[in-house]
Amino acid sequence: MGKYVVRRLLQIIPTLIGATLLIYYLNFAMPGDPTAGRCGDRQCPPTYVEWFNHEYNLDKPFLVQYVLYLGKLLRGDLGTDYYGNTVVHELATRYPTTIKLALIAVLFEAVIGLAAGIWAGMRQGKFIDTLVTITTLILISMPVFVMGGLAQLVFGIKLKWLPVTVGGQGSFYELLMPGLVLGALSLAYAARLTRTSLVENLRADYVRTAKAKGLSGFRTVAIHTLRNSLLPVITYIGGSIGAMMGGAIVTERIFNINGIGSFIWRSISQRDGVALVGSITCLVLVYLVVNLIVDVLYSVLDPRISHE
Amino acid sequence: MRTPKTIAAFAAAALVLTSVAACSNTPSTNPSGGQPGGAGAAITVRGCTPQHSLLPTNTNEVCGGNVLDASEAKLVHYSSDDASPSLDIAESIETTDAVNWTVKLKPGYKFQDGTEVKAKNFVDAWNWGAYGPNGQISGYFFEMIEGFADLQCGKDCATEAPTAETMTGLKVVDDHTFTIKTTTPTSNLKVRLGYTAFAPQPDAFFADKSEGKKEFAKKPIAAGPYTITEVNDTEIVLKKFADYSGKLTGSVDTVTFRIYNDLGAAYNDVVANNLDMTDTIPSGYLVGDLWKQDAEGRNAIKDTGVFQALSYAPGDVDPGLADVRMRQALSMAVDREQVTKTVFNSARIPATGWVSPVVDGYKAGACTNCVFDPTKAKQLYDEAGGYPGTLSLWVNGDGGHDEWATAVCNQIKNNLGLACTVQTTPDFATLRDKINKRELTGMYRAGWQMDYPSIENFLTPIYATNASSNDTNYSSAEFDSLLKQAAAETDSQASNKLYQQAEDVLNKDMPTMPLWYQQSQYIWSTNIKSVKMTPFSTFDFGSVEMA
Repeated sequence: MGKYVVRRLLQIIPTLIGATLLIYYLNFAMPGDPTAGRCGDRQCPPTYVEWFNHEYNLDKPFLVQYVLYLGKLLRGDLGTDYYGNTVVHELATRYPTTIKLALIAVLFEAVIGLAAGIWAGMRQGKFIDTLVTITTLILISMPVFVMGGLAQLVFGIKLKWLPVTVGGQGSFYELLMPGLVLGALSLAYAARLTRTSLVENLRADYVRTAKAKGLSGFRTVAIHTLRNSLLPVITYIGGSIGAMMGGAIVTERIFNINGIGSFIWRSISQRDGVALVGSITCLVLVYLVVNLIVDVLYSVLDPRISHE
Repeated sequence: MRTPKTIAAFAAAALVLTSVAACSNTPSTNPSGGQPGGAGAAITVRGCTPQHSLLPTNTNEVCGGNVLDASEAKLVHYSSDDASPSLDIAESIETTDAVNWTVKLKPGYKFQDGTEVKAKNFVDAWNWGAYGPNGQISGYFFEMIEGFADLQCGKDCATEAPTAETMTGLKVVDDHTFTIKTTTPTSNLKVRLGYTAFAPQPDAFFADKSEGKKEFAKKPIAAGPYTITEVNDTEIVLKKFADYSGKLTGSVDTVTFRIYNDLGAAYNDVVANNLDMTDTIPSGYLVGDLWKQDAEGRNAIKDTGVFQALSYAPGDVDPGLADVRMRQALSMAVDREQVTKTVFNSARIPATGWVSPVVDGYKAGACTNCVFDPTKAKQLYDEAGGYPGTLSLWVNGDGGHDEWATAVCNQIKNNLGLACTVQTTPDFATLRDKINKRELTGMYRAGWQMDYPSIENFLTPIYATNASSNDTNYSSAEFDSLLKQAAAETDSQASNKLYQQAEDVLNKDMPTMPLWYQQSQYIWSTNIKSVKMTPFSTFDFGSVEMA
C-alpha cells in the first residue's frame, strides 16, 4: 500500500509539468494582444504596452517565458496577476471560501443523495423509487444558472429567508444557499448511482446466500451489499469534490462569492495568463490528490480490490 | 467607460473617465423629513476590481475611476447636473493666446495627509505621469504640453531612454502659481484639466521609492472629499475627509465599494436592500421596464456622455465601402427610432450627430444622413453600384450587443436588399485587437465615453488624422484644419462654432454611422431617499439623502 501511494505521488510530478505546459501554451496561443482591451476603444499608448509586456515577460519567446515561469513555480512563486496582487495571496484568501462552499455542497450531496438512493433502491418500483427518479430527473435537467437565479429570487428576495449574495470571505450561513444549489446537481447523480448499484448488487448470489443463512434484511443490505455498492458512488463524489475545489464558476458569479471560480473566470476574461496558469496548476494538484484518496478508499471498501 | 466584467457596461465600452465628485455646495434641506446625509451615515455601492494601480495617471476604467472620482480633487471639477466645468483647486486659469496659461491655486487647499496643495505638486505629478518609462496608461493626456515628446522613449525604453525628465512647458512660479505652455493652441485646456489624470500628488507620492509607486497606490493620498482607508479583494472603503478644503463635501461619512463580479448579483442585492446602490442595470431587466417595477420609487435615469456608432472599414481594407454614397445609404437605411424602441425599450436616444447632447457645443441634427429615408437610401445604394457579397457587422460577443446588431442588420437587409450578417468576436479584447490591426471588413462597433465634457473630445481623438482612437483611418485636410482653428480660438462660442463646422465635414464624409446616445439607469435601496448620478455615470456622493 505504502509503495502504491509513493508511486502515485511521484506520478503527480510529470502530470503537473505536462498540465502547466499545456495550459501555458493554450494561454499563449490565445489570439489577440492582451493589452488590446485595456484602454477602452482606444489603442493603448506604446509606452504602456511596452511596460506591460516587459512586466509580464510577454516580450520573450514562448519557451523562455515557460521556463522562467517554472523556475518561479519551483520556488513557490506563482507570479503576480494583472491586478498587481500575487497569485499565492489570491489563492490563499480565496481557498477558504471555496472549501466552505464545497463542504456544504458535498455534505448535502452525500447525505441526502445516498439516503435517497438507498431508500429508492430498497423499495424498487414502489412510490418512493418513482419519486426519487422524477425529482432527480428535474434536478439534472435544470441548468445551475436557472436553479441559482430561482433560489436567489425565491428564498433571498421574495421570502427573505437567506442572504441574496455572499461577498467578503463568506460565512457558512451566507454560503448555505449557494452550497445547496451547487450540491443539488451532483446530489441527483449520486442518488441515481447509489440506487442502480444497490439494485444490481441485491440480485447477486452472495446476497441470496446471506439471506439463506438467515441474516436480517438490515445486515444483508448494510453490511454485505452497501459497502461494495458504494464504489461507483465514491468515485463520483470524489470527482465532484475535485471539481468543486476548482470553484464553481457559475455559482460563484451568481452569488458573488469571492472564491477560486470567480478568480479563474476573471483571469480568463482579462487574459491574465499568470493568474490562470497558477490557479489551474493548483487545481490540478488538488484533483490528483483527491483521486489518489479515492483510489486508496477502494481497497478499504471492497476487500477484493488490492493495491499490493 | 469600460467595466470589463459586465455585460451592460461593455455596452458603454469606450474610454473611461472619471468625473469629479460633484457639486453639492448647498445640500438641499427638504421639508418631508429626509436628512441630507447625516452624521455617521454609511452606504455601500457596487464596485469592481480596479484593473490598474490606483493612481490618477494609471486609471482609465470605471472600476478604479469610480473610486478616484470621490477621492481626488483637481484644478477644475464638472457639475454633476450638466457637466459644466468650474474651478476647484484653481483660483484662476488664464490665457490670452490659448498657448501660454497661468494657473493660480487657492491657498491653503489641503491633501488628506495635512500638507498643502502647492504648484509643484501638480507640475511634478504631471511630469511623472508623462514620463515614458513609468508606463502610465493615461500618460498621453499630457501630450499637448510643450516638451512631452522628450519624455517618451525611442524604439523601446530599454535601449532608447527619454532625453528629458521634465516637460519644458511646465514652470513653477511660486507656491501657488505655475504656467503651462502647450505645443499648439489648445483653447479648451481649462475643461481638460478636470480629468482625473491632472490630479496633483502629495510629497508622500514622490517619497515612495517603490517601482511604479506601488506602495503609495495601495492607499493613495489625494485632496478630494473622501479618503481611501481600505483596499482589499472584496471592498474599497472611503471615509469622509474632515479637513476637506473644497466645496464638494460628501454627504455621507463612509462609502464602501463592495466588489461584484456580476452585475446581476449587485442588482438583486439592491432590490433586496442588501446593497445601497448600483450604477448599471443588467440588460435583461431593461426589457419591459422590469427594473422600474423591481425598484419602484427608487430608480432613475441620467443622460451620460456616451456615444455609440458603427465604424466603416477603411476603403483600402473594404473597397465596397469606399464610395461615400454607400456609407450614406447604409446610414439612411437604419431606423434608429425603431431599434431603440424595440431593443432598448427607449433607454437609448437616436443619434442626430457625432457629439453627445450633454456637452457644451452640441448641435442637434448635424448628421443629415442619420434621418431614416429608405427610398433615398436605396437610390444612393444603387448609384454607388451596390455592395459586393455580404456585409459584416462586427460586435464583441461578451457585451450583449447581439440584439441591436441583428436589428440594424435586418434594417439594412430589408431596406437595401443587401445581405448583412452579425459577426461576433469571443470578447471585447479580440474585437479591439482585430480593429487595431485593421483586419475587419464591413462595419464594427465603436463606443465612446467622453474624457472631459467638450465637443472637442468627441471629434479630435476619433477623427483627426492619425488620432489615437481613429479606427477608420479617416483623414480630411478640411476637418483637421477646422479643428486647428477651433483649438486656437480663445472665445468659446466661436470655438464651438468651428468644431460644429468640423462635425459638418464628418456628415459629408461619413467615416462612421452614428447610432445612439446612451443613458445610465440606476437604482438604490430603501435606506436612501435619493442620489444623483453625474453625466460620467458615477454617483455624486455629495447628493445622497438618507431615508
